[in-house]
Amino acid sequence: MSQAPIYTEYHPRWYRRRTSTYWWLRRPSYLAFILRELSSLFVVWFVVFTLLQIYALIQGAESYQRFLDWSKNPVVVIVNVIALFFVIFHSITWFQLAPQAMVVRMHGKRVPAAWIAGPNYAAWFLASVLVAWIVLSG
Amino acid sequence: MADTITLHVARYRPEAETEPTFQEFQAPCRKEWVVLDALNYIKDKVDGTLSFRWSCRMGICGSCGMTVNGEPKLTCATFLTDYAPGPIRVEPLRNFPVVRDLVIEMSDFMRKLVQVKPWIIRAEEKSLSEGEYLQTPEELDEYKQFSMCINCMLCYSACPVYSLDPHFVGPAAIALAQRYNMDSRDEGAGERMDLLSDHTGIWGCTFVGECTKACPKSVDPAAAIQRYKLKTAMEWFKSFIMPRGAR
Repeated sequence: MSQAPIYTEYHPRWYRRRTSTYWWLRRPSYLAFILRELSSLFVVWFVVFTLLQIYALIQGAESYQRFLDWSKNPVVVIVNVIALFFVIFHSITWFQLAPQAMVVRMHGKRVPAAWIAGPNYAAWFLASVLVAWIVLSG
Repeated sequence: MADTITLHVARYRPEAETEPTFQEFQAPCRKEWVVLDALNYIKDKVDGTLSFRWSCRMGICGSCGMTVNGEPKLTCATFLTDYAPGPIRVEPLRNFPVVRDLVIEMSDFMRKLVQVKPWIIRAEEKSLSEGEYLQTPEELDEYKQFSMCINCMLCYSACPVYSLDPHFVGPAAIALAQRYNMDSRDEGAGERMDLLSDHTGIWGCTFVGECTKACPKSVDPAAAIQRYKLKTAMEWFKSFIMPRGAR
């Protein structure tokens, strides 16, 4: 929609309230939304972290040991804990929203939201168990 | 007095003020009274200059939308007793210019409604002698939810995207476009696509979801927009892997 809403130009007496820069603090749901958007940065961080880890692994044992020492640095640990919190938040909110965007019909009726969110959570849980098993058993 | 409630009502008198102020009123707090009844009481008995829109008093016309204690509400469906002991803050809908007191200017919304072409579009009209366009109950169910919109604009008032970017087509207009796109009698989805697949259309929406929470008719505009995004992405994907003849 390229046409600008310019009609107020000729009505200087109409009162237009300016949107505050801090509009997202006005209600909890707006704040949750902004945190959800922000969580994508932490998803990026985990991707970068994993790529660095793979790169170090390719470079050899010494390089990998240096990577492990670096990741024991308290700052990196704190960043990772915060990132983990945001990535979990990101996943949960994503799965919560999925049923609203996806409409699946069976026998002419829309299936309940839990039937769409449920398998997503189950797949997430199974993938987490698999990763945990690989990491912990090695 | 225990049977009265205090209302802080936003007043804006452009001939005398440069910005809105609040005025305090007392109104009877009756069990069956809604905020609109209290406003009508004030206009009848206390201050006849108070301006606000209303018509049906039963959640059908969509005229009496206002901001009650910070939330977009139909004032005809918002009971005083739910806010007792008060006070209740009544303001005009957010995200629209205020003309006077609780009256907002809505021509931006009206223009957007028309732009999504909310009518049945046929590639070729049937002649009268061929009869009407038939539809099964299942086909009606496909879009019925999105046809319940009463254009009250509560969703625009709740939407932070619209408040930041007035060019955004907005929840109700996109839901209405979906109502026609999903109608089995309609063939105009392609005509609506260009406007809606723009960055001020469905892609402007960041799925805050507040429009759906504000909607008094359970239309769920957020779902309409996300489903449209999904469909557009699939169309793009189809045309990407099958450049010829996908559309």
